[in-house]
This record gives sequence, structure tokens and C-alpha cells, in this order.
Amino acid sequence: MAEAHPVGFQWVMEAKKRGARIIHVDPRFTRTSAVAHQHVPIRVGSDIAFLGGIINHVLQNELDFREYVVSYTNAANIVSDKFQDVDDLDGLFSGFDAESRTYDPTSWQFAQEDDDEDLGRAQADDAGDTAEQRNTASGMQHEAHGMQVGAKPPRDETLQHPMCVFQVLKRHYARYTPEVVEQICGVSQEDFLAVCQAWTENSGRERTTALVYSVGWTQHSVGVQYIRAGAILQLLLGNMGRPGGGIMALRGHASIQGSTDIPTLYNILPGYLPMPNAEKHQTLTDWIDSVRNPGSKGFWANAGAYGINLLKAYWGDAATAENDYCFDYMPRITGDHGTYRTVLDMIDGKVKGYFLLGQNPAVGSAHGRAQRLGMANLDWLVVRDLFEIESATFWKDSPEVATGEIVPEECRTEVFLFPAASHVEKEGTFTQTQRMLQWREKAVEPPGDARSELWFFYHLGRMVRERLAGSTDERDRPLLDLAWDYPLHDEHGSEWGEPSAEDVLKEINGYEIATGRPLSGFGEMKDDGSTLGGCWIYAGVYADGVNQAARRKSRHDQSYVAPEWGWAWPMNRRLLYNRASADPEGRPWSERKAYVWWDEEAGEWTGKDVPDFEKKKAPSYRAPEGSDGVAAIEGIDPFIMQGDGKGALYAPQGLIDGPMPTHYEPVESPFRNLLHGQQGNPTRKEYRRADNPMNPDPREPGAAEVFPYVFTTSRLTEHHTAGAMSRYVEHLAELQPEMFVEVSPQLAEERGLEHMGWCHVVTARSAVEGRVMVTERLRPLRVEGRTVHQVWMPYHWGQGGLVSGDSTNDLFGISLDPNVLIQESKVGTCDVRPGRRPTGPALREYVEGYARRAGVLGDGGNAVVTASAEAQQESAAAQQGEQHSPQQQEDQ
Amino acid sequence: MTQTPHKRSLLPWPVLRQLADGDLLGRGRSVRSKRTDDVVPRTTSADRVAHSVCPYCAVGCAQKVFVKDEKVVQIEGNPESPVNRGRLCPKGSASKNLVTSELRQTTVRYRAPYATEWQDLELHTAMEMVADRVLKSRKDSWQDIDEHGRKVRRTMGIASLGGATLDNEENYLIKKLFTAMGAIQIENQARI
Ligand code: SF4
Repeated sequence: MAEAHPVGFQWVMEAKKRGARIIHVDPRFTRTSAVAHQHVPIRVGSDIAFLGGIINHVLQNELDFREYVVSYTNAANIVSDKFQDVDDLDGLFSGFDAESRTYDPTSWQFAQEDDDEDLGRAQADDAGDTAEQRNTASGMQHEAHGMQVGAKPPRDETLQHPMCVFQVLKRHYARYTPEVVEQICGVSQEDFLAVCQAWTENSGRERTTALVYSVGWTQHSVGVQYIRAGAILQLLLGNMGRPGGGIMALRGHASIQGSTDIPTLYNILPGYLPMPNAEKHQTLTDWIDSVRNPGSKGFWANAGAYGINLLKAYWGDAATAENDYCFDYMPRITGDHGTYRTVLDMIDGKVKGYFLLGQNPAVGSAHGRAQRLGMANLDWLVVRDLFEIESATFWKDSPEVATGEIVPEECRTEVFLFPAASHVEKEGTFTQTQRMLQWREKAVEPPGDARSELWFFYHLGRMVRERLAGSTDERDRPLLDLAWDYPLHDEHGSEWGEPSAEDVLKEINGYEIATGRPLSGFGEMKDDGSTLGGCWIYAGVYADGVNQAARRKSRHDQSYVAPEWGWAWPMNRRLLYNRASADPEGRPWSERKAYVWWDEEAGEWTGKDVPDFEKKKAPSYRAPEGSDGVAAIEGIDPFIMQGDGKGALYAPQGLIDGPMPTHYEPVESPFRNLLHGQQGNPTRKEYRRADNPMNPDPREPGAAEVFPYVFTTSRLTEHHTAGAMSRYVEHLAELQPEMFVEVSPQLAEERGLEHMGWCHVVTARSAVEGRVMVTERLRPLRVEGRTVHQVWMPYHWGQGGLVSGDSTNDLFGISLDPNVLIQESKVGTCDVRPGRRPTGPALREYVEGYARRAGVLGDGGNAVVTASAEAQQESAAAQQGEQHSPQQQEDQ
Repeated sequence: MTQTPHKRSLLPWPVLRQLADGDLLGRGRSVRSKRTDDVVPRTTSADRVAHSVCPYCAVGCAQKVFVKDEKVVQIEGNPESPVNRGRLCPKGSASKNLVTSELRQTTVRYRAPYATEWQDLELHTAMEMVADRVLKSRKDSWQDIDEHGRKVRRTMGIASLGGATLDNEENYLIKKLFTAMGAIQIENQARI
């Protein structure tokens, strides 16, 4: 955190001054470790074993915050007795189909009072087809939709029932003992127990603990389950929805949160509404019901209003009740259309044109060679950036030009490099990592022909619409009927003016169509076409006609919550699920930790923040029989977006790879899975192709000799991701001028590496070189009785900029987390050799020599399903034999 | 801080001046000159200040952008911000260097198929060319139904990547336009 989010880290230092204990768990010793009380080096890719060990410590020693756990989580819910856990099935959960490598989650569901079978099945049907969900990265929708379980599953609040979540969880983690943690993670029992002790002692009524992660955590084939493991622990210890607690994702780009909320992502629409799917969402009602899920609790019950407001914002007057608000104008997704699938499609010649908007995949995405070969096989490419980045120049100076794989005279891609306006040359909002929007004023005009994306896309839309005017082709209606009239500032001449970002923000916020009155919140959105709003969760950012994101009330003039600085979604709530900061009766858990509470006299919730709960709903409120939606949320249900209002210790739905996190080895690992025959995540998304080889499985003979080491990558304070905003900036380039490879003295000795000399790192994809940095900051770990060497590299360089170097992301292949389709790019196996790498065509021969020796040349990679045949059979027996959609097996 | 600087000096070596003045840490009178005193902060001579936010990571440090003669002359952390209390890290501090860099592109560059060099292109001409190509690719790769006969009304010929460094308003228009166009392979850093 001190490295990659330095100014955020000042608050950790403040906490330290007040007596907080700081623990840093990281394979590397960094600026964060330097000021932490305890640095715990860990083997990359073993985090679930580590967190599972802490969960086990909590459950075995009954250190959970029991009152919180019973009231606010699903610990008491009873799981179907058909459920079988990984210990019975060699690392698989029940319901696995080896052919499609997906689960049928029927047996994972909660039990039902009367007819177990039918309801369990109905819940699972709501969960849908998991192969399809993997292809559509539906985990990202569940992130905001919550689980759509029935509102009232059977419960045992004594937590004694053998199939209650609490007991299931306890059995699941029983094997994660300190000895096992030591074996798998390479963390000593002493270090491990110190972490357990610090975490548990600092949680409860009087104290809370925060879990902070950076998004390298998501870049694993089990990334979502890493975060789930953190969530389970924080729920057990009562740290969610309370001040000083929670799980904080430190995201890496100025508005990456915003670009997820108002997504430029294929599978979602603004406000986490699903992109319509050809199979599941044939009508407006299908689409809305898939979100609303009749019978569930919570605010998604109003999905009809959110969806219709978006359609009205898109198609204005053309969207009417009679034509289902132009729902048919939406294109349909049918599977995996993620960035990696798309890049492979480029290589295969299926994609014609590509826009790159402030993004440099030639350096920043996994498998750089595939990225560049894809770009070299397009009709046209538009790059919009501040500088002449690698993704714009691949045709003349990429590594593939050196190897002869791209020959400029034979490369047909037409490239347009448009200069972009910088953050001070345009107005608009960024959403930072705590969901807070901050408006930026425009300071100066952009230089020369540099323009904002707002300008570019507004005018592109205008021109495309002008060209199609008069078209009678039905396919052009969505463009011609599009609401695309934005007032222009006219500094570039009237026709080419800059659109008003404030007017776009007003549309995002939403307004009453007849009067133009901005909505004050999503509660005012109507499903009858009388209001429109582009992103329901952002409704309120323009309340009262005031740009709330532009508020800059000094921190000195308001409380520490600072509600009048910027605006946070939803409804300016700064801490989500903050109803949980009070006990079931609505009183603060302790004076020290008072945040939001029930004011009996006034009959409403009040406190330091905007309550994330209906203001007038008393803690004593119980839902009438048969209610659903908002009415079904009881006064003791803080997790208002979940189908049952409870925090999920166990997730019967929404996850492709299992209801509880379980340790799997990374796709590339020198170790066998100590716990099960199932080596890696059995449901991970893979693209088996000759141009995407994965390093071999540790069981393959010779694997350990060819790629014996583990590597990881991360950021430096002085650079920013793919380097476009730092390698071209003098001050930053000078501070970190050169690519390096950090190794321990032991590894340097083993491989003959010289400090400050050259070395290169090799995988089945590529070899990259850098200066050797020999340092004790990296320690070899003892894992499963063997010594494992880990190396790490920053990933900021490419051939362009003031300082150049090899690009570390070239080393990775493409294997994805099944829930969200994010690549495993924080861990792999490699070889490290002294000296520089070969250049020119010799580089490919060199790398292919490695692949050949490892037995993966021309091959996709390892066997994925490695659990025993009996376990596979037994797991499959729990399937309900559902039909899968026709093309789901295409590209697992 | 208003200390009189040394007159042109009998003691040219700063260390001697420090000793003579008892300014042992070298932070006071002994290190001042006429030049030091003539320097005024760029922040006080600016024509105006715009409120901004750091463009690098997602901490969201608030910035004050100082403008003089329509040029950015300084960018500093905003001390009123509850997020950063005026601080900026090396990247945030370098953002003036970022926006005023000589290396920035200010014209459209165009690389024709099979060309070995860039050429310049007028902005509006480039826009016209892109609009033509978008429509052509859309037409050439249009699908009313997919290979299983399901209605999809889309193009699989146009993809986009980027958004995490852009404004919400920009992402909103990008997704809106591409959706109306039928382009679905729209992605950004959140998937990476
Ligand atoms: S100043 Fe540094 S910590 Fe703050 S937002 Fe910018 S990059 Fe992040």
C-alpha cells in the first residue's frame, strides 16, 4: 500500500501513531513492510490456505463475534444434506461435470422446510447455467446483485445443526491447521499465530480490523475466492459495516471504480444491470426478472424502474411502454466476449476494428505477444492517448518486429493515433476507490488537436448518425433513435464544440421528463416512462440541480466522515451496510464504535453517516408472511442487497467455483496441492491454443527442472501500470530508469547472478531481461519440505518512453478466473539465467526450446481436472442433469 | 521568513557564513541570497486555480491546478481534502510534468496499411475516416441472428479497450454509443 497507494497509506500511519498494529503479508519486503510491526512473507498464490488457516483458528477457538454472526450472517442457515464438500471428493464440491468443467449448484442450496428437492432445484435454477455464467463473467453482476436466495431459509440459531453454515464452514476449514499453513504458504507457525492473535484480539464489540488488499489479489485463477475468504473472516469477526473495519480494495486507476459502475465492460450496463443475453433475456420482462428475482428480499426488487430508466435515457422519446422501451434495440451477448477472447479473435482475423482509449495492452495486458500479434491483424486501430505508446507503434518497433513475426511492409493494420486531452483539460467526474465521485474543473484548453473522449465519442456518434440519416434499415434504428443531443461549449467552432459534461452527468443522475427536475435518488425512479436516468446507483449526484460531486467543503469544517466532500454512491453513504454498526436492537455495539444507530424517540436511523437502511424501518420490524422485495428486509437485515438480507459466509449461488474458498495451486506451480488430488481451480477459464502454452504441471517429469522458480510482478511507486503516464514523464522516468529482477542472495548464488549485472527470465511464452537486484528483501521459503525461490519484477517498461526495457507481462499466458474472467498474472513459474536474452529470431527459438523441453510446445497446457476418477463420478452424481446451452463448450 | 539576506559577501563560503551566524543547520539567513528573496511561489502569481483530482491511482487525491497565461504553472495537493490533506505522491506530484510534457502528441498521426512511417492527418479528416471505417466494419460483420438462430443484432467486428483513466461521463457516452451501434466487445482495465 505504501508503494502503490502512498497517500492512502498516510491513514495507516495515523492509525499506527494511535496504537494500531500493522501487519503486512506479502512475498516481498516493501516500503509497507518497512513500517509495519510484522512482515509475513508468503508463497505467491497460497492466500486461501493462509486465510483459511485464520478462519480455522477463529472457528476452533470460538473467537467469532457470536451475536453479530447469528443475527447478521447466514451462519444459522441450513444447507441441503445433498451437499458434499471437497474433503469427500478429492478437492471437488458436489455437482461437478468433468466435461464442461462446471458445477451444477443444486446440491449447494439451502435446505427447505417442506419439499427439499423442489425448492433446492428452484434456487439452483435461479442460479442458472454455470457454464454460461462463466462465459458472461456473471460474478461481476452478483457483486452488486447479491445472491438471489429465497428470503426465508430454515435456520438454527444455536449453530449446532450439523448442516448449518457455521458447522459446514468449521468442517471445511478444519484441515487448515498452523502446520498445514506452514507447509503450503511457507509461513512459520509462530508468524502465523501472531497474525491470528492480532486480528482476533482487535475485533469485536470495542474494536474493528480492516482488511486492505490491492487488486493484484484479483489477478489469480482463484481471485474471487481470495476475496471471499477475506469476507468470511471479516464477517465472522464482526468487522463488516462498522467503522474501522471492512474490506477495502485499493484499485489502481483514477476512475476504475467509475468505469465499473458505468461500465465499459461487455457483460454489464450502468448500475450493474446485466447486458442482455440472447438466451436468457428475450423480453424486457425476462431481463428485469433475472435481476429482480421475485421472491427475494432487497432493493433489486425495483430493477424494473432502474432498467426502464436506462432505456429511456438511451432512446428518449422513441422508448415507450408499447415497444418495451426499445429493449429490442439492445445487442445481445451470447458468451465470452472479454478482452482476452477478443484478442485471440483478432489473431484469428475475426475482428476488424479496435479502439484503445487511454490503455496500453501491448505492455499492460497478459501475454503481450498475443496482444501485439492481434493488433497487427486488424483492418484499423484507433489509439487515443497522451503519448506515442507501444500499442500505437507495434507495427514498427515491437519485439515481434525484431523477431520477424511482424514485418511493417506486410502488416495491413491502419493506425490512427489521436492526441487525448489530459485530466486538467476537460471537466468531469472520477470515482475513486471508496465509491466517491469528485468533479474536476477544466483548467486550460487541450493543446493542438488533443480532445477529450467526450468530444471524440459525441462527434463520432453525430457523424455516424448523419451518415445513416434516412436509412430504412431496421438495424440502424437504435442509432437513429438514440438520444444524442448534448449542449456544446463552442470553443472549437459551433459544429465541433465540446459537449457539456455537466449535462451528461445530469442524464446519468436522471430527471423527471415532463419538468426536467433532477431526481434526488433512485427511489424516485418510476417504471412508467415518466423519469429517465442513465445509472440508477448514481441517482442523487445531481440532487436539487446541484453538482454534488463538485462539493469541496474543507475537512476542517465537517466531521471525519466528510459527507460534504464530493459524493459517494449510493445516496452519499460513505460506509456500506452500516446498519451492522449497531446491534440487533439498533444500539451501537459500543460507544467507541458508534456510527449509525436507531433513535427510538424520533423513530428513525441516525448517526455520523447516511444510514444504509430505510430511515424509518425499526429494528423490531419483522416481515409479514409472504412478503418480498424491500418489505421483506427485516429490521435486523443489514445486507440489503442480498436475497436473504444476511452476510454470506457460505455462497450457494453466484460463484462458479464453489460455495466456499478452498486452496488450489496456481495454474503454474512447482508444488502439488497438498490437500487434494485436484491441483488447480477445476473451473478456470482456459484457451487451449498453440500460441497460449502454459508451463507444465509439477507432476510432469522434468517440469521442476525446466521452470523451477516462482515469479510475481508488481508496481513501483514511481511508475503507473503500463507506463504510458510515467515512462514519458521526466521526473518519474529518472526516479526508476530501468527494468530489474529482484532475487535473493541464495538464488543469485544458485544461478550465478551478479548484482547490477544482466539476467533474463524465461517462460513458455517469452523471455525478458533486466538488471539483477540481489537483496535479502526476498527470502527463499520452505514449502512442503523444499526450498522455493521467488523472484519479482515490476511491469512498467516497454520499448517506448524516456526509459525503455522489456515488458514483464510478456511472460504470462492467458488463464482466467471463472467468475470474472480476470487473468492469472500475479504468479507463474519460470527459469532465471544470467546474461541478456537472445535477440531477433533467436529469441523465439530459445523460448520454444524451453517449451519443447517442458513438453508444452504446440500444446495448450496441463490436465485441468485431476481429482480421482471416483471423486469425479461421485461429484457428478449430484447433478440435476440440466441442459447446457449449445455453444458453451467452445472455449473452456 | 523575512530575514535580511547577506550582502555580497565577505564570507563567500556558506559554511563560514553558517558558523559566523550560528545558523548551524544552514536553514536560515546564511543560505539566503538576493535571488532567493526575489523568487515568489508560482502559486501566488497564478491567474486562477482549478479544482482537480490526480489522474493516476484510485486514492483520488484532490489537486489544485494553478494557471497563468493559459498555461498550467503548478499542481499541488489540496490541503482541504479529507482524502489527501494536501499530500501527493511522486506520481501525483509529477502530474504538472505529465500535462506540460514536450513529448505529448498534439496532432493526429496516421499509419497507412503497409507503411513504414507515420504521416500527419488533419483532425476532422481523421474523424471522417474513422466514422467511415466504423460503419463499414459494422456492415461487414453484422449479425441479426447468431449461428444458433438467436436474435442478437450486433457486430462482432468492432472492439474497444479502455475507460479506467476516463471520466464517468465519457464512459457513459462510450457505452451508450457502442450499444446503439451493436458493438459488444467493450472492455476496460477492470477486467485486467
Ligand atoms: S497522488 Fe499518488 S496516491 Fe494520490 S491519487 Fe495520485 S497516484 Fe494515487
